[in-house]
Amino acid sequence: MRYIRPLSIEDAAGLLAGSTGTAAILAGGSDLLVRMKGGFIEPDLIVDIKAIEGLGEIRETAEGFSIGAAVPCAVLGESKVLKKAWPGVVEAANLIGSKQVQGRCTIVGNLCNASPAADSVPALVAAGAKAVVVGPGGKRTIAVEAVPTGPGKTSLAKGEIVEAILLDKRPPRSGDAYLRFIPRTEMDIAVVSAGVNLTLDEQGRVKSARLALGAVAPTVILVEAAAEVLIGSRLDEATLERLAKVCSGACRPIDDKRGTVEFRRKVAGVLAKRAATTAYKRAGGK
Amino acid sequence: MAGVAVSTTINGDTVEYLCQPDETLLDVLRDRLGLTGAKEGCGTGDCGACSIILDDRLVCSCLVLGAEAEGRHVETIEGMAHGDSLHPLQQKFLEHAALQCGICTPGFLIAAKDLLAKNPDPTEEEIRFGLAGNLCRCTGYDKIVRAVQDAASVMKGA
Amino acid sequence: MNFDPRYSGRSFTSVGTRPIRPDGVDKVTGRARYGADFNMAGQLVGRVLRSPHAHAKIRKIDTSKAEKLAGVKAVITAADLPDLTDGDAAMYDILDNCMARTKALYDGHAVAAVAAVDARTARQALKLIEVDYEVLPHVVDVDEAMKHTAPLLNDAIFTEGLEEKPVKPSNVTKRTQYGHGDIHEGFGQADFVVERSFKTEQTHQGYIEPHACVASVSSDGTADLWVCTQGHFVYRQHCAQLLGMEASKLRVTSSEIGGGFGGKTHVWAEPVALALSRKAGRPVKLVMTRDEVFRASGPTSATSIDVRIGARKDGTITAAEATLRYSCGPYAGMWAEIGAMTAFACYKLDNVRTVGYEVLVNRPKTAAYRAPSAPMAAFAVESAVDELAKEIGMDPVEFRIRNAAQEGTRSSYGPVYGPIGIGPTLEAAKNHPHMKAPLGKNQGRGMACGFWFNFGGQTCTDLNIGMDGSVSLAVGTVDVGGSRASLSLVAAEELGIDYGQVKAVVADTSSLGYNDMTDGSRGTFSSSMATISAARNAIKTLRDRAAQTWDIPIDDVVWEKGHAIAKGEKYGNLAALSLKEIAAASGKTGGPIAGHSELVADGAGVSFATHICDIEVDPETGSTRVLRYTVVQDAGKAVHPTYVEGQYQGGAAQGIGWALNEEYIYGKDGRLQNPGFLDYRIPVCSDLPMIDTQILEIPNPNHPYGVRGVGETSIVPPLAAIANAVSNAVGVRMTHIPMSPPRILAAIEAER
Repeated sequence: MRYIRPLSIEDAAGLLAGSTGTAAILAGGSDLLVRMKGGFIEPDLIVDIKAIEGLGEIRETAEGFSIGAAVPCAVLGESKVLKKAWPGVVEAANLIGSKQVQGRCTIVGNLCNASPAADSVPALVAAGAKAVVVGPGGKRTIAVEAVPTGPGKTSLAKGEIVEAILLDKRPPRSGDAYLRFIPRTEMDIAVVSAGVNLTLDEQGRVKSARLALGAVAPTVILVEAAAEVLIGSRLDEATLERLAKVCSGACRPIDDKRGTVEFRRKVAGVLAKRAATTAYKRAGGK
Repeated sequence: MAGVAVSTTINGDTVEYLCQPDETLLDVLRDRLGLTGAKEGCGTGDCGACSIILDDRLVCSCLVLGAEAEGRHVETIEGMAHGDSLHPLQQKFLEHAALQCGICTPGFLIAAKDLLAKNPDPTEEEIRFGLAGNLCRCTGYDKIVRAVQDAASVMKGA
Repeated sequence: MNFDPRYSGRSFTSVGTRPIRPDGVDKVTGRARYGADFNMAGQLVGRVLRSPHAHAKIRKIDTSKAEKLAGVKAVITAADLPDLTDGDAAMYDILDNCMARTKALYDGHAVAAVAAVDARTARQALKLIEVDYEVLPHVVDVDEAMKHTAPLLNDAIFTEGLEEKPVKPSNVTKRTQYGHGDIHEGFGQADFVVERSFKTEQTHQGYIEPHACVASVSSDGTADLWVCTQGHFVYRQHCAQLLGMEASKLRVTSSEIGGGFGGKTHVWAEPVALALSRKAGRPVKLVMTRDEVFRASGPTSATSIDVRIGARKDGTITAAEATLRYSCGPYAGMWAEIGAMTAFACYKLDNVRTVGYEVLVNRPKTAAYRAPSAPMAAFAVESAVDELAKEIGMDPVEFRIRNAAQEGTRSSYGPVYGPIGIGPTLEAAKNHPHMKAPLGKNQGRGMACGFWFNFGGQTCTDLNIGMDGSVSLAVGTVDVGGSRASLSLVAAEELGIDYGQVKAVVADTSSLGYNDMTDGSRGTFSSSMATISAARNAIKTLRDRAAQTWDIPIDDVVWEKGHAIAKGEKYGNLAALSLKEIAAASGKTGGPIAGHSELVADGAGVSFATHICDIEVDPETGSTRVLRYTVVQDAGKAVHPTYVEGQYQGGAAQGIGWALNEEYIYGKDGRLQNPGFLDYRIPVCSDLPMIDTQILEIPNPNHPYGVRGVGETSIVPPLAAIANAVSNAVGVRMTHIPMSPPRILAAIEAER
């Protein structure tokens, strides 16, 4: 086993591409070290990407924000501008694990761990976030929902690293929100979750909407039918009831130690209503 | 497997050690450096008993590799008191009997220190959510929360 | 020894104060040494291989490849732990649980172990051990296991306690029955009858410190064991018996213990560590992972309970009966029996009958968990009591007060009560402001009572007075939550000196006579009794030394406020001698001054509590929030009130976790799905409110200071109190613990 801390993203990609055996990327380590502890993975190579310049930064660009792959989620919560623009994304990122885990975990790690219950992912999908992927073949930018393909599986090729997450600049009258259901008040993995991102027109009607659900299918799902329900509405009672129904219907959940099929279906609708209501308020809707 | 040579700062002292690439910082502290104040309650970041401060960030040392400490600053429970004078949190934990078995205490003290450094005047709710990453099975948390509240008021006055 | 344990009303100087505990500074500075904090030169790392199957015959274990791996110093299987139990069935079960002999009986059952130079090598070695299993059908559910069609765990088990001797083997090891009167007649007198069935899932003690020990066996047959345990003397007995050693040659030192709650009263890894050390000829450190703690240690019983209670219109209970089925894991136990004894202990009943069934299942061996078996029985009974009060139209507190047991009541499990606290705790609860506080939408209030026997047992204590007048107190009951502070207070009280002059330590097994373990809420009760006795013996010596110094008869010397005083006017010119002065001169007056005590602490006073809680339920998700919680409990006499409060709060918190979220979840394959703190959800800080406490002091007549055990009773009422609160909040009776959000939501939806 080797531990290497490269100084450039190209070197990191090269190390991963050239590795024989199991290679793992280490950013926050809050998933990797747990899997190592449980004996689920015994990497031959660990590539620590935290010394790579720029990966530990949140940059405000002309297009919006670029969040480096090594930025701990706690830092997202400390960024006032990011929190103002994307409160739903930040609240989702800040729900992962404990304060201790917050000091280490990253949204890129959360995305690439490819858990259907990942907290930040429904919020990122709803936000229309993009992932910048660097690999032996160069750089490409893809929608975040294209990264996970199933529990623990991603579309990334050998040697590819997600370098950053991109979030757009916000148009006026926009708001996002994320809610998850857990049995305790902290520390649990989401049993069901919902991320909603809305932009309103000048009359306070929903102009555009994206809604994603977590932990109800093999990957986080973008529910396009939910957006259709929301668009054109002022989130009246009837719209919210239809939204809940559409979201419950979009679920393809399983029974497991964290919840039942019936519970997940029902609560997905409830959370969708509540998250949409919060996002609507944040967008200035009344 | 090749060992990794690490030079770091622990509780203000420069420390050098050799560790295996997959060895956690918790194992390095406990097994190589004799700093057994941080405890392993789970090894998966769920209990907080191994909490330390790494470059001003509260972390679980079971979720950090020993190799990652290179060039960084580590604070452990062993560095919390100054000589024979206890940190106000340590004193208040004693006065309020905020410990029964005491196994979670080092982790709670480190987490509470980090909490008060970032929020010197927390509400009860902020304390409870701030310490939610530290499990205690003995106290029901009541006396821990009171000790942190009391320490916060003492530290504000200081 | 002429020690009189009877209570005598007295005023206290030290007892009842709240000083800082003697082990406190070490615990806030990280210096205190727990099970895994100790190392020896040349120490090896031990690891255990565990069965992945719930039930499997072990055809063959091939350890040859593991033995050949560089760095491996010993590999053991059951063959290295020969059966020396000599027909002692309980010891045989302990042996089989430490290392499976012919069958693996649960997911996590130990089948082999290695000692190697480091953890990595030990882990690799485990992978090289080849176990040939024949997987057998399994059963994990208590009701399923009782069916005739269920897979049998042990075909040599025939149910005991039946009228007719059974002809077929069964998973039910024993039937027990308690009660008195005629329940048929009693139910005949009832105007209202409530009959309900309940289930509770299996929980774990959830101590934050995993089991850990360091074992060192020397070639001369002596051995040392450093271990986190609630009872190092019991561990010594068990380990010595299982390994064929003389008990006196095995010195067991109890480390600081990071929580036990009953879970560290049984040996698991320790005989394995000793066997590894014996084979390797080097010390071996064995620390369980959290996964192993959940899969192979603990847990409590899962239960299925039917309750039937009848009452007259005026609110008098006329008859009560319960059938209790408790899982024991794969070995016989007496868990349902304890449930059957405690179920109706709070009430004055003319006609009562409880029946318990001990049931074998493919789960880990059930271990004690704080008032073991009582919380589940109380959940069932106190839920039914609430229902019955509702049917009659009486306030649930008034209904309980009307039927509460009192001094002279014959308890449902047999004995006649002395002075007890159930009535007073109910009255206190009734008058508590919590009871009158307004409730909001979707909020419910519940209350419930709980009982625990408490235990005394064998106790041995030494009190040594140094030449500087400081006192060292060596006790043999492990300090699980502040008892060194309490016992120092008791020594200070008895000797009439300052708390600060006393230092209490937990002595190892070679330094003190046998002590039963810290269980049954006995630590402070029994060791305080022994401390008082030891102190009184020391005082006798102190008086004797003073008498010698003064050259007067010892009968003329009395001990008051830390001084020897010559009694009577004829000694008017003799100045009192302080303990310090007498100690300073001890070298010239007869040598060291000490007091010893060995006794069986009989007469542990039974303990009662009443809890009140408010819960809010989100009717759309089934999510719950504990808004307010109040514990009222009788302590007899609170020696260190802060630590008494701590016991009340801690037990309540564990009960809240059990009531709402904690449970063992098994897959269809019989494997545990949630062996970690991520999905075995114990309460976190933000889940709980402050937990208010009210200490009542109804003296125990069988203790010089009136002390009762306080550690366990507080976990008994919460399951029921919360179930009653949730039921009141949602308008549906909750009958399955834990009341996780999916269960609550399903109950609400079913009612709609």
